[in-house]
Amino acid sequence: MIVDKLQQLGQKSIAKIQGMGRATVMLFGALVAWPTPRKSFPLLLKQLYVVGVLSLLIILVSGLFIGMVLALQGYTVLSKFGAEQMLGPLVALSLLRELGPVVTALLFAGRAGSALTAEIGLMKATEQLSGMEMMAVDPLRRIIAPRFWAGVISMPLLAMIFTAVGILGGHLVGVDWLGVDSGGYWSAMQANVDFQQDIMNGVIKSAVFALIVTWIALHKGFDAVPTSEGISQATTQTVVTSSLAVLGFDFILTAVMFGG
Amino acid sequence: MTSRKIEVLVGLFVALAIAAFMLLSLKVANSGMAGSGETYMLYAKFENIGGLKVRSPIKVGGVVVGRVRSINLDTEEYSPVVAMEIDSQYNNFPETSSVAILTSGLLGEQYLGLQPGFVDETVSILKSGDYVEDTKSAIVLEELIGQFLFNRGSN
Repeated sequence: MIVDKLQQLGQKSIAKIQGMGRATVMLFGALVAWPTPRKSFPLLLKQLYVVGVLSLLIILVSGLFIGMVLALQGYTVLSKFGAEQMLGPLVALSLLRELGPVVTALLFAGRAGSALTAEIGLMKATEQLSGMEMMAVDPLRRIIAPRFWAGVISMPLLAMIFTAVGILGGHLVGVDWLGVDSGGYWSAMQANVDFQQDIMNGVIKSAVFALIVTWIALHKGFDAVPTSEGISQATTQTVVTSSLAVLGFDFILTAVMFGG
Repeated sequence: MTSRKIEVLVGLFVALAIAAFMLLSLKVANSGMAGSGETYMLYAKFENIGGLKVRSPIKVGGVVVGRVRSINLDTEEYSPVVAMEIDSQYNNFPETSSVAILTSGLLGEQYLGLQPGFVDETVSILKSGDYVEDTKSAIVLEELIGQFLFNRGSN
């Protein structure tokens, strides 16, 4: 009885570690190679469009609304202390340090990560990947690499756009609606936001999340069971696993960057 | 979707991201202004700097003219030496000027208040690297209370 449970645990652990190993091998196969810019640049551009440009709308809208809600909720508490001037730093710091990178990563996992998994899983199910191998085209180089780079490049850019739009949304509610002084909003923000400490750490965070989310999405698609059920499972797993990974890594990164 | 259209849209996306980054680094953070203007250094020796920090503002009549670059301990007298980075458009402080560590409001941060002194023929103008001789240290609340209690006791 206990031995059976132990066996199950061992089986699951081995399967997980094997999965990680396959993911690492896949990433190495895709990335470690002689660069061929003329061939790979158009592929990358296409993926930047699919992964980055098409995610822009959801990022813009949610950034604007999250900034607006932050300003609205922050104002309620701050006005009790007569500290409405601190609304700018509140909105800017929470967006730059946490919400910008994290919410962008979660939205990115839902919007672009799931699409990547489904696309690659379907390619596998319809044997397009093995067809490419038959024609001596490396699917890792042709399919995985451009998608990986597109994800890693576009997510920090999306996080930056998210943060900027959020701060403008906070300005919209705080200054134009609730009547905080516009000069105070910006100058208190400038006095409290540090370029190295806040902006660069936010960018580093979003780059790490980009790596995690894109890698998980590509691996789940590449490793999917090639049936319609397998693809649906892989897509769900992508969103769940990458969201959990992002939240976990966010805690670690925050503890390292701002904990000391 | 033609490849030209894709290229234009990707270009637009990247341009938008650069604009967002510029907004963040120039309008939200204060780094854009720190690197732009030319500055010169003045030094001041205090007895106690209280809660003064690196990058605290230096104000003349409430106007920010510079920031604290570094705070070090003098190894001979063990008194703190504050290096002040001052905008070079304000390079006309006479050597009779004084610096005091002040607090903005009751609970606010501490800053350096620079008070320009008088000028006559014998007074020269402070140059880069000079020390401001006349300094007033930070008021430490505990010392103030201690003095008060001591005075009460002796009466």
